Order: sequence, then structure tokens, then C-alpha cells
Amino acid sequence: MRKKEVVAMLLAGGQGKRLKGLTRTLAKPAVFFGGTYRIIDFPLSNCTHSGIDTVGVLTQYEPLVLHSYIGVGSDWDLDRLDGGVFVLPPHEKENGNNWYRGTADAIYRNLHFLDQYDPEHVLILSGDHIYKMDYSRMLHYHKEKEADCTISVINVTIQEAQRFGILNADDDLKIYDFEEKPEQPKSTLASMGIYLFKWEVLRRYLLESASDSESSHDFGKDIIPLLLQHGRSLYAYPFAGYWKDVGTIQSLWESNMDLLVQDPPLDLNDPFWRIYTRSPNQPAQYITQRAILKNSIVNEGCMVDGEVRHSVLFYGVEVGEGSVITDSVIMPNVKIGRNVRIHRAIVNENIVIEDNAFIGPEDSSDEIILFDQESQLHARI
Amino acid sequence: MSRLIGVINLDHELDQLKELTYFRCGAAVPFASRYRLIDFTLSNMMHAGVHDIALFIRRKYRSLLDHLGEGRPWDLDRRRGGLFILPPDWNDPTDASRGDLQHVHNNLDFFHRSSGQTLVHAGTQHVNKVDIEDVYRYHREKNADVTLVYKPIDQLESEHAPCARLEIDENGRVTGIHQEQDHHNIYLEMFVMDKGLYLDQVKHCIAHQDNHFFRDAIQKNPSGLRIYAYRYEGYHAVINSIESYYKNSMKLLDQQQYQALFQNQPVHTKIKYEAPTRYTHSAEVDHSLVANGCTIGGKVENSILFRGVQVEEGARVSNSIIMQKCVIRKGAVVENVVLDKDVQLSPDRTLIGDIRVPYVIAKNSVI
Repeated sequence: MRKKEVVAMLLAGGQGKRLKGLTRTLAKPAVFFGGTYRIIDFPLSNCTHSGIDTVGVLTQYEPLVLHSYIGVGSDWDLDRLDGGVFVLPPHEKENGNNWYRGTADAIYRNLHFLDQYDPEHVLILSGDHIYKMDYSRMLHYHKEKEADCTISVINVTIQEAQRFGILNADDDLKIYDFEEKPEQPKSTLASMGIYLFKWEVLRRYLLESASDSESSHDFGKDIIPLLLQHGRSLYAYPFAGYWKDVGTIQSLWESNMDLLVQDPPLDLNDPFWRIYTRSPNQPAQYITQRAILKNSIVNEGCMVDGEVRHSVLFYGVEVGEGSVITDSVIMPNVKIGRNVRIHRAIVNENIVIEDNAFIGPEDSSDEIILFDQESQLHARI
Repeated sequence: MSRLIGVINLDHELDQLKELTYFRCGAAVPFASRYRLIDFTLSNMMHAGVHDIALFIRRKYRSLLDHLGEGRPWDLDRRRGGLFILPPDWNDPTDASRGDLQHVHNNLDFFHRSSGQTLVHAGTQHVNKVDIEDVYRYHREKNADVTLVYKPIDQLESEHAPCARLEIDENGRVTGIHQEQDHHNIYLEMFVMDKGLYLDQVKHCIAHQDNHFFRDAIQKNPSGLRIYAYRYEGYHAVINSIESYYKNSMKLLDQQQYQALFQNQPVHTKIKYEAPTRYTHSAEVDHSLVANGCTIGGKVENSILFRGVQVEEGARVSNSIIMQKCVIRKGAVVENVVLDKDVQLSPDRTLIGDIRVPYVIAKNSVI
């Protein structure tokens, strides 16, 4: 196998508990986004556009949908003879135990995969963020700084900072301190969970961390602090584009709504940076004479006979006569009857909504409702 | 079901769609918002499990080749079999074959190598959803030599004029093939025949210096073949002129027609990675088919938009077919028009065609 300059490792094993019913039977990176995509399309497409042709996808929680979705990777142009996409589930070894105990442990357990490509650098990505990023620029920066590790960062507000790993860096962006979800953040440089390591350095620390029974085997909690402690050279790579962690129902909804503004911050129509996805192969959307569509994005395979305002419709959605959908995200193949009102809700895929139903927050609270199989059962009782 | 092999023969399809076929063959003409005409034939074959297909092409096939690739969207990128695109490249000075027989004669290897013993032959001008497996079943049941697919048409239109008609007896056997204009049984240019018999007939035709397989071997039937007719009742449109192209496209805006074409089994086409379509605050769209990748801020009514079309705020599109990546700028008006790919209409321009004979604008024009 040819030596690679960089191999990407995509952490896709997360359950995404805070997405509730959306991740009941699928891993978070397989959650739908933006009318046609799944979250994992973003890092995979970024890899392709950045010229990274070897990607390991580490899976663990409910992997079936994810595995079959990725397939041989041809939709992302990752069906390569030398490299390509590799799904890496936890596996049993001669000496037993198998589950990934943390982000770093997942990489550690796939040392043999990385060793066969003997890369100069390893890019660690996570499968739960929506963004477009040219990793080759980050690599260039990483090499220029001769860093052992480069962490991509984004500026957040001081309030938000408590939810992230926060980096403190000097004027040259050299990192001297890292805090995971600090109560009193000293800066607003938040880690995006994208790490670029010199493989030789990372390899050594992974081996060390693996034998440490105290360690939680996590990049943020263990590996990064350890590198800092040992005086390794860590740099922050500032990213200015759109980036969203879609870990909750609220943030997933917000991120979808971000697509609906004029000149959206995340341009999905850029012919030079397409987000690739597995095509559902549906006929053109059918818009009837009565339909009203405003400020919305609608995928092929939809049949709209009602009113859709400020909403996202995935493929195969039917909206019956007299129904009004506002501020909502309707997942694939949802069939909506007549005179239904849906407001501030995410409706999970394949659900049938009967005539005259109302779905939305019951009081005037701002909370976004997730309507899934379970809420459907409740509604029937 | 590997017992069927497919032959898609474009040899007799005349490129009569004006500007739309100046630089592409009829099979590659975009249709129904995101497809090309050949997609319907390929998808029908795909759903019948045909994965050994020969495609006979003769001219203007660049965009067709681009569309087909190695046949992956139709599951034809196979180790065994798959899609064989067979352009003419024949240099045998002793070759006596003529017309569409040349294709068969010069590609006998395809027929000998494929394991299928029965052949389904089709063109691309008749858009339909024929269940080829069912035709095959019928063919076996009748113990026919050839089974022709036809549809009885209530309302004959101008596009049916060049079509062959079938006379059928009460057992379903074909007793005559002609072109009498008031006859209703329109032949869909699709037949099923055993491979061995087909090749024998081709040989026979060449020996008699014929040049048109269907006419010389089946219509005239010098060998006394047992020819049966399979009756098809589903979606059917003949696309052989601009008028028929426009009329049949517009008919898809009828919900029943749309469903008849797209219900049940999907139609497959080349994969594009367009984002879903965006409707802005000023969009007013009704009674239209819209593909992905469009941005609509203007008014669109009774129209068909292909992928990646932009209609700016204040523009109006009605009764029109707008192909891939066209841009209709502010204040422009388009009515009864077919815009081929990549046409740009500058602000405040007006283009109005006749409702029966739409105005066709060639690819890449800037107006």
C-alpha cells in the first residue's frame, strides 16, 4: 500500500441521545439534514473536495443504516483502488474485549488500519457537524507551523463557550491551555472537534493512554491535555465559515432553518463544493394549483397541495389540501393528510399524519416538537 | 431473470426535435423535469432484470454517452454482461449488410456471448412503463415466434401518424401490420423474440439484401412467423416532434398522468448532486413540476423546470419547459417556450410562443 500523506478518521459511533427518537434506530451521523442530506455527507464530501482519498469511519451505535448508506463510498467518490472509505466497527481480538471506550480508544483500536498506510498526518473528524471546510488548507497551516497537533477552532459567544472545549492560545495561535466545557471560560475559541495530528506523535500517545487505567480515552479529556502537559506544539486553526453542532432537536432545527434565510451562510448550491449524498432517485416535485410555497426548500418526490412556509421538506413528502406547514422540518416520505397544521416541529421519516391533526408546541413556549412513532402512539391513546 | 437480453436500437429514430436534436440524438433529449428519453426504456429493462443490453447508436451520441456512463444508474455496470454501447465502426469490405441489420451483423459477438436466450428489442420514442417480464410470460404462453407490444389509443394525434398499427385476431395473433391512419392499435416499437430465431432472421434478411429488420422480417413476414400482440394499457407518449414533445410534457402536469408515469417502479437516471429546490419569499408556483437545484423567486405556472434553474424575483414563466441551469432574470417573461440547457434570459426580455407550437431556444443561447 502506498504511503499516504494524510488519512482521515471519522468518529461516527455516537448515539446522539439528545436527538431522542431521531436516533432510536440509527447513529447520529446518519440523521437527516437539509432536505436531502445526512449529517455524515458533510465531512465525507469535505474529505473528497480536500483531496483526502482514504477515510476510516468508526461506527458503534446502531450501525446498519450507516453502513449500508456508505456502501463502497461511490457517492462521495471514495471507491478508490488505493484507499477509499473503510467502515471500521469495533471488533474482537485474540485478547478479547472490543467496544470503543472513547474517541481516542476508537483510533487506538484501529492502529493496524492506520499503520498500513503509514500516514504523515491523521485527521480526526466527527460525524455530527454541519459545515464545509477545506481540510487541505488546515494541513498546509499544520505543516507550516510544524505542529504536533492542530485543532480547528471557531469563535463562539461567551455564553456558548461553556458547552465546548475551549482553547487558550497566544498571539501566534499556539495553544497553552485547554479546558473541556469550562464554567468560567477564559476565551471564546471553541474546538470544532477537528484534530490534525502528526501520526508518529499521536501513535505514541494513543499507546500510552491505552495502558492508563485512569484515562477515559478521550481526545478532549485526555490526549490533548497530555500533549500540552508534555510541552508539545499545539496550534489553533481558526475557521470562519458556517459550522453547527446538531446535537439536539433544537440545534438540528435551527441549522435547517439557517438554510432558509436569503443568501444562507451555508451555500448548498456551490458547484465547486457539492455536498454529495446517496440519491433517493425520485421524480420531480409536483406542485398543484392550490399550493403555496414560501421561504422553503423542497426535495424531489414531494407532492404539495397545501401551504408550506419557512420549512424544509425531504423527498417523498406529501402535503394534502388545506394543510399548513410553518417553521418545520419534514423528514423523508412523511404523508400529511388534509387540513393538518404543523408548526415548529420536526416530523420523523415515514410517518402518516391523519387529516385535521395539529402538531406543534401546545403552549406558546419556543420549544421544538419532535413528532415520531412514539408521539404518534400517544396521540392515538 | 438473466434469460432476457436487451437491444435498444436508435437506428430508425429521426432527430426531428428541431433545436433540441441539432446536437444530440432523440434518445438523449431531456424529458419530464430530470430524465432523458432513454431512461424510460432502460428502467423498464432494469425492472425486468435485463442486465445484458446492446445499444445501437449511429450519430450525435456524445451527450448520450455522457449520460449513460458505464450504466451504473441502471445497475448495468456488471462483471458479466452490462451495457454495451455499440457505435458503427465497421471496416469489413466484404460485409453485405445494410441498414439496421449492419448493427446486428457486426456485433454478433454480443449475441453469442450473452447467456440470455430471449431478446427484448426497443427504441426510445415511445415513453412507457411496459412490464417486460409480463410480455415475456405472454410470449411463452402463446408459444409465439415474435410478440409485439401495442397500445389501443382512443384519441389519435398527429404524433401517431408515423407509427405502425397492428391488426389482431381474437386469439391475439397479429394478422396485419400497416400504417392506416385511423387504426387504433399503435405498435410501441418493442418486441420480444427468441435469440436464435432473431439471428436466423437477420441472416435471411441480409441474404435478401434487406435493410430494415422490422419491416422486412416482421411486417412483411416472408418466413411465416407466429406473431402475437401484447396489449398494454398504461402510460404512453410518442415523442417524435417538437409538438408532441411539448404536448406530452405538459400532459404530465395532470396528476393522473404524472402518477401513471412515476407510480410503482421508479425511473432511474444519471445521478446529480443538486441541493433541494429553494423557494424564496416572493415565489409563486402553481401547477408545475420542479426538479432539484432550482432557486425560484418569481412566478412559475403550468411549467416544467429541470435541475438547477433560476427564476429571479419579478420574472414569470408560464406554459414552458425550462431545461437544466437556465437563468430567467428579473422582469423577464417566458410563455409557451422550450428553453434548452444553459439559456440565459436577460432582465425584462419577453419570449412568447404559440401554445401549440412552442418557441424553442437552442442550448447556451443568451437573449
